[in-house]
Amino acid sequence: MIVTRALTKRFDRVTAVDQVDLHVREGDRYGFLGPNGSGKTTLVRMLLGLVYATSGEIELLGRPVPRRIGEVLGEVGALVEGPAAYPHLSGRTNLALLDAAGPGGDRRTRKQRIEESLERVGLAGVDRRPVKAYSLGMRQRLGLAAALLRRPRLLVLDEPTNALDPQGIREIRELLIDLNRSGTTVFLSSHLLAEVEQLCTRVGVVDRGRLVLEDELAGIRSPTGRVVVDTPDAADAVRVLDGQLEHREGERLFVRHDDPASLNAALVTAGIRVAEIVTERRTLEQVVLEVTSSGSDRVDRSVT
Amino acid sequence: MITVELRKLMLRPRMWVSVLLLCLLPAIVAVFLATADFPPPPGQGGAFLSAVLRNGSLYPAAALALVLPVFLPLAVAVLAGDAVAGESATGTLRYLLVRPVGRTHLLLAKLIALCAFIVLAILLVVITSLVVGVILFGTGAEAVGQPGAVTSLSGVTLSPAELALRLLGSIGYIVVSMLGFGVIALFLSTLTDSGLGAALGALAVLITSSVLQTLDAAAPIKAYLPTNYWLAWIDFFRDPVFWHSITNGLLLQAGYLVVFFGAAWANFATRDVTA
Repeated sequence: MIVTRALTKRFDRVTAVDQVDLHVREGDRYGFLGPNGSGKTTLVRMLLGLVYATSGEIELLGRPVPRRIGEVLGEVGALVEGPAAYPHLSGRTNLALLDAAGPGGDRRTRKQRIEESLERVGLAGVDRRPVKAYSLGMRQRLGLAAALLRRPRLLVLDEPTNALDPQGIREIRELLIDLNRSGTTVFLSSHLLAEVEQLCTRVGVVDRGRLVLEDELAGIRSPTGRVVVDTPDAADAVRVLDGQLEHREGERLFVRHDDPASLNAALVTAGIRVAEIVTERRTLEQVVLEVTSSGSDRVDRSVT
Repeated sequence: MITVELRKLMLRPRMWVSVLLLCLLPAIVAVFLATADFPPPPGQGGAFLSAVLRNGSLYPAAALALVLPVFLPLAVAVLAGDAVAGESATGTLRYLLVRPVGRTHLLLAKLIALCAFIVLAILLVVITSLVVGVILFGTGAEAVGQPGAVTSLSGVTLSPAELALRLLGSIGYIVVSMLGFGVIALFLSTLTDSGLGAALGALAVLITSSVLQTLDAAAPIKAYLPTNYWLAWIDFFRDPVFWHSITNGLLLQAGYLVVFFGAAWANFATRDVTA
């Protein structure tokens, strides 16, 4: 659905995006992660033809971008850096104007599609008040409704849950999973690890404009080969586990072992009470922190 | 996209306020003229003002002369300056482009909406001032002895049909003049995200041009100043119509239109949209 090759964008002397090779496959829920200022938004803008690349290639739904962008954008729904609407008009009027502005917005089905979209994002009952009277969360939902208006094959969403409360975030996550099941590819750019971890099937991580990791989420969250044991009899357990114990934090023990079930059996047989036992997995946070540096919004004094 | 732009124009309260203000100025002047019992001496307060006291149906021409130097260009600069910069500032520009609307297409739609605004504003000024003029000053039938007749600037009597035709010609000419100026604001609008900045830039051009126009030292470039032929529409009310300035004015505005629309297109089609 999205392929980039050696994609690079320089603004004057700053390289915002540097030699990025991205592969988003049909049916993916792709999480595009990176610290603030790492080039996520610039890359999203290049995918959509808003910003022109300095060098490299982009393919969107099999067509070269920006050369033939007009042919594919009709099948793409996008939310780029926050929603936007004409503040003095109602949400419905805004959607109608946007739909009428480009190709493929059939006038006969417009009303119905607008109502369906509003229904999906939870704004079905919204009245005729102008968008300037909307709350931030409502604007965010309206932006999503605009992206869904023509039932796109690909959704490109930049920080879609900004300004939403936990309830709203969960609703949107369920909506995106639901859309994905019915065949929509979702490309989600975010700096919120939890959001990506709960939604996505694949993850790409950028740091200072470079793609430093691209993998299945399941692959990233692989077992570390250790088992974590919580026990009130930690001191006894240490003796039993002689040689296998790697690390101890109070009552929590990190044991080099492949199988929690057999380890549990061995501990219980030795008379040690086990409160909790689980295979240790790498968290997305650990992996991301390993491969990225701090965001560009942190400005340290340079060492002289 | 063109119909969308026109609908957006009509749905905009700001647009209607500026048209209303444009109509208000001639009405205020008319009330003062009607309540004072002496005609303004020729050369004071704009063209045609001394003539309208005898015939209200000439008042639309006087009204156009009143709004043309400042108010109409002001309204045009505000609207055209906001055209792209305003969309950029609200963020709707990126959603239009992603919709997708081609950049050239978007710019053309903006130009057509601008044209529609100018025509609408001028027509409303003409209609309201005609009504005000006829009510306050009458149709001048008693003066010339022929109902609805008007004396041209050259002293020849014009029939109502002829007057209407000449008024139509003037309206067309003013629309072209304003479009030639508005396209400068449109170009500036593609350079910045501030609609106000673009409008002020265009007004700076207007003021500079007006200043240079009166300066003898700037005589060599006078013929190329955007405002130089703006008042040439008055020549429609001479008999016979004095075509020389009108043709020059149309050519000059066409030149501005081509150059600045071309520049706006070249800039907008190739620039990164980062707002």
